[in-house]
Amino acid sequence: MTLFCVGLSHHTANVETRERFAGHAESECILRSAGCAEALLLTTCNRVEVYGASEKRVSTNEIARCLVRGIEKDVHEYAPAFYRYEGEKCVQHLFRVASGLDSMVVGESEILGQAKKAYEAARSSCTAGPYLHRLFQRAFRVAKHVRTHTDITRGLVSVGSVAVDLAQRIFGQLSNCKVLVLGAGETSERTARALASRGVKDLRVSNRSSDHARELARLVGAQTVPFEQWPEQSREIDILITSTSSETPLLTSENLAPMLRDRIDRPLFIIDIAVPRDVDPDVNEMEGVYLYDIDSLQSVADQSLRLRRQQIAAAEEIIAEHVADFVASIARGLNSVARAAEHPSVADRSLRASEL
Amino acid sequence: MDRYLLIVSTLCFLAAIVRTILSLRAGTFQRSQFSFLAIGLGFIFQTAFLSIRGQALGRCPLTNLFEVFIFLAWSIALIYMVVGPAYRLSLMGAFTAPLVFLLQAFALIAPIDLRHAAKAPANSWLEFHASISIVAYGAFGLACIAGVMYLVQERQLKTHQLHSIFYHLPPLSDLFAAITRLLWWGFVLYSLGLVSGFFTGGPLPRVQLVAAIGVWLLYAAILQGRHLRRLAPKRVATLCILGFTAALTLLWGISFSAQTHSLP
Repeated sequence: MTLFCVGLSHHTANVETRERFAGHAESECILRSAGCAEALLLTTCNRVEVYGASEKRVSTNEIARCLVRGIEKDVHEYAPAFYRYEGEKCVQHLFRVASGLDSMVVGESEILGQAKKAYEAARSSCTAGPYLHRLFQRAFRVAKHVRTHTDITRGLVSVGSVAVDLAQRIFGQLSNCKVLVLGAGETSERTARALASRGVKDLRVSNRSSDHARELARLVGAQTVPFEQWPEQSREIDILITSTSSETPLLTSENLAPMLRDRIDRPLFIIDIAVPRDVDPDVNEMEGVYLYDIDSLQSVADQSLRLRRQQIAAAEEIIAEHVADFVASIARGLNSVARAAEHPSVADRSLRASEL
Repeated sequence: MDRYLLIVSTLCFLAAIVRTILSLRAGTFQRSQFSFLAIGLGFIFQTAFLSIRGQALGRCPLTNLFEVFIFLAWSIALIYMVVGPAYRLSLMGAFTAPLVFLLQAFALIAPIDLRHAAKAPANSWLEFHASISIVAYGAFGLACIAGVMYLVQERQLKTHQLHSIFYHLPPLSDLFAAITRLLWWGFVLYSLGLVSGFFTGGPLPRVQLVAAIGVWLLYAAILQGRHLRRLAPKRVATLCILGFTAALTLLWGISFSAQTHSLP
């Protein structure tokens, strides 16, 4: 029995090609049409992959034909987009995928959930047998190991999530933080939503257009504040998100200083996502004030990405150890799997027990 | 024999430092159990050393500058063991180990372990005064370490340059809360130590008394400034470092002059 993986991803195919092969293909189809003993289909926006186990070699073209959407069955012109890994290489590839090393954003954790979902689907449709069961269970363990022992998931790589993460680095628990959203732009809305999802209860929205303010307040569960009153609010808030279309800075060191006078022991985190900027950069020099504009948030996101890339070597080492161990264990286990296959009821029981 | 225990203890703290440096160089600064275990082991050997030394002396081992430094290092490790897990500041170990290592390494290398020719009679007030004051110094030492952590974290947030260590440091607010707690503990213990000094029976050396009151006033001023919201957290953190440096200098001065006066 050979383990294999056939697929295409953002490394090898553009989005049109990925869409073409991410149709309604099901594992059963692959099993029936191509003659695999076990098969599992993993589809995400960045990859379409079939993991299988078979006695005889199933060609890449046969699998591609099962995956193609619609009635078009000529897959030859797309052949270069497909990759194929067998045996140890297949194991290594899945471990890298599950750990987020093969993802477009290195270290992203969504792929692990998607792999688990794909495994659950294959298990419930009984297309995943003992080989894929062991392979995927180990892959989930490897992913956890990599995340725990490296910084591959450290830091955040999108502007909105960086802002929220920084807020937590300053305040710890966000449940007691008071947040004022100045301006009702899309990014403000996303950031406010992210803060609310991390426990912020006191959200306030202020905008020149009161209709827009009310709409945003309704969307994020905030209260509205008349635009002319926002400077007063600044005395008591902890986080200020600004994204107005003002041509001149709304906040400068001069007008912020009186607002900070009574709050010397409480930091103020300002997220300025307006272009042109709403807050004078000199404000960052004031004690207890942490100002991040769109460029600095992007810069932090880039630093996080660089940090994650530095972790790839460490993660690859962990994966290599697991691959060697898994290949050895599967070789040792072949006899017992073969015995179990002769007594399916025993195999089922042992699998279920291990799944628990 | 007892010095060997101290050497092993110092090596344990060195191991914690090496581990931290290796993690930092690899860019994978991890919150691991290693630092806590290494410091825990170092603490056990410190305790064993102090216990043997105390039994040999028949009193609290605070008879010379060497013992004072070891007792101080022990106090810092003790408070770290108590405070670290309680306030989710286990990473403090990475910052605590270098300070304890420096104190012990200095004590081992410098010729300050001078035995007194005559065994001084035990004075319970004096022992209480000395030991409680040094535990207070331990709390101030930890506050100083938390202050360093605060300044590192604050600097990275201000400059927008976030390194691997940033993601492992506690939030600024948590650090500031820890600094405040440690300052209060230290201040209360130091006050007890200061007051008990008046009951020791001996004549009080004027310079040392003035310096000790000066340190007490400095910490009182920091806490008052904090309480009245006159001092920004960054200044409190900086003052914690300055305060501990002043306290350490005073401690050295007291021990040095006591040693000089008691020498035959």
